[in-house]
Amino acid sequence: MRLEPRPARSAAASILWPAGAILATVVFSSLLVMIAGASPLTVFWLVLKGAAGSQFALLETLTRATPLIFTGLAVAVAFRAKLWNIGAEAQLYLGAVMTVVIGTGAVTLPSAGLIPLIMIAAMLTGALALLGPAILKTKFGVDEVVTTLLLNFIVLLFVSMLLEGLLKDPMGLGWPQSRRVIEEAQLPRLIKGKRLHFGFILAIASAIVVWVIMKKTTLGYEMRAVGHNAEAARFAGIPVNRVIVKTALLSGGLAALAGFSEVAGLKGNLTLDLSPGYGYTGIVVAMLAMLNPLGVIAAAIFVAGIFVGADAMSRSANVPSYIAEVMVATSLLTMVAAIMLMRYRVRWR
Amino acid sequence: MNEAFEILFTASFWVAAIRIASPLIFATMGELICERAGVLNLGIEGIMVAGAFSGWFTVYMGGDLWTGVLVAALTGAMFGLLHGFLTVPLGLSQHVTGIGITLLAASLTYFTYRILLPEVSSPPKIEPFQPFAVPVLSDIPVLGPALFNQTPLTYLAYFTVAAVAFVFYRTPVGVAVRAVGENPSAVEAQGISVTAVRIGAVMVGSALMAIGGAFLTMSAFNSFFFEMINGRGWIAIALVVFGSWRPGKALIGAILFAAFDAYQVRLQQITGGVIPYQIFLMMPFVLSIVALVVVARRATYPKALMIPYQKGER
Repeated sequence: MRLEPRPARSAAASILWPAGAILATVVFSSLLVMIAGASPLTVFWLVLKGAAGSQFALLETLTRATPLIFTGLAVAVAFRAKLWNIGAEAQLYLGAVMTVVIGTGAVTLPSAGLIPLIMIAAMLTGALALLGPAILKTKFGVDEVVTTLLLNFIVLLFVSMLLEGLLKDPMGLGWPQSRRVIEEAQLPRLIKGKRLHFGFILAIASAIVVWVIMKKTTLGYEMRAVGHNAEAARFAGIPVNRVIVKTALLSGGLAALAGFSEVAGLKGNLTLDLSPGYGYTGIVVAMLAMLNPLGVIAAAIFVAGIFVGADAMSRSANVPSYIAEVMVATSLLTMVAAIMLMRYRVRWR
Repeated sequence: MNEAFEILFTASFWVAAIRIASPLIFATMGELICERAGVLNLGIEGIMVAGAFSGWFTVYMGGDLWTGVLVAALTGAMFGLLHGFLTVPLGLSQHVTGIGITLLAASLTYFTYRILLPEVSSPPKIEPFQPFAVPVLSDIPVLGPALFNQTPLTYLAYFTVAAVAFVFYRTPVGVAVRAVGENPSAVEAQGISVTAVRIGAVMVGSALMAIGGAFLTMSAFNSFFFEMINGRGWIAIALVVFGSWRPGKALIGAILFAAFDAYQVRLQQITGGVIPYQIFLMMPFVLSIVALVVVARRATYPKALMIPYQKGER
């Protein structure tokens, strides 16, 4: 078999293949649910109810979507320029570290000054974390996939060291956790008494800003050109390496905001379980959104819904909540296949 | 200071080094086969998790140890088939697909673990492979016990390197695998299917990765833990680059790396808590990055690595 580009966009293919991808994911997860000894219909209903069945569920889904929008944007920006940033997890944690360093009382300012200061500092930290791999890629030809993956482990150990040393909360009863950020550094809750916080608004705003950068600015055009064909871009006079470095700074900064928003908006302090893999899940989010910054919002809410819904489901039905991770990974693989088949058609000879 | 130096001459240090190297040797050979055929396999980390679990669980259910190894290999090959199908005929991004395979293999493993062992709080233990002293050879001072008083799985790792080198450089199959990673059109012109060779190579490579994972649960330890692969797959990818895609060099890289890893554990004990333990744990990862930077300039990638092949193009 071989693939040939479709001469024109086919409406049927654009609907049928993604629908097929969703169907395949549902069928596969249903099989697993049946193996676990439960009824797929009941389980999917419970997941849906747990993700969106009440005001509490819906707010919880949006809260969980917030860091995923940031990491999804980080990945979408990088992948658009074919900079394979698999290190959003590390950049997230460094953003959180910077939030704690400045936000626990080292600087005292009113909120209106302190929060922007922390955001900028966090973004710079995340940006620097990806600058290293970007320079190694452009100057030495070191594959950034491997360096960013390895950096995830290094940074997590580094954070663990800080939490048992410099940043350790003296009142934390020996737990490896940081002190809480001061009130002026906290993001307000959107609804009093609920967990959804201002970070969600920042995430939406970031998505819009990134969309404008990608669609309306020279940098966005250059990033797309480099991603589409680096050789052609170089030939056309685009400074490819400089574009890659700028992309890295933007991507790392966005991922760091996820860490900032989780600490300043939700958790209040830094622990080693701040992120259950939001950096990696950001890759899924970005791919489901077909790297479109605005699509990232919808994809992040969808993925967050699966996680939140599966958590609720596993409490009542006897199916492990790991089914959520399986569904998310399956949907990633089926969607990338579907996107390919939307653009190309299969010839059997 | 002297103490830190003397470690290098103790047999127990080198025994540990070879033990640490063994899973890396399997994983590195597996990744090397995939990449020589032109397919980057970032599924490695997840495939190792799946291999670690499936091999261990087979033995836990009463299977023979070697049956466990076989089950692990088959599990790996199945994920390899999926990765191969998505990246070769469909030509999907090898980066994205590989990450997807890692996420899928790891999450499926954790899901299966919870279903099969719902009640356990700590994972049950199995009777793992025991060291087997090779007569005569294991009596050589220092190096004898290190190399020849290991478990049979380590000997399988040595054999794998020799077999990969032999097949690559001495058999037509090896020539075909290397050629699809360098110049696929030329292979197709010979009437050999590039798709078949690549998928086959990815399946064999993934089976080896899974055996590397199984080494941890069936030889190095005797139980399965979440997170036990802990980046070894990613390190194997770095080792392939460090070894310039050659089995022999990659073997040396894996052993050097493992020796360093075993050394930092002992150094940690000597320094006795003056330096935070996280610094020592970071070193293997830092070393991998340094090694990549050192060799990157003269690295000669397989020319068709990460380039999907379409019949009739060009």
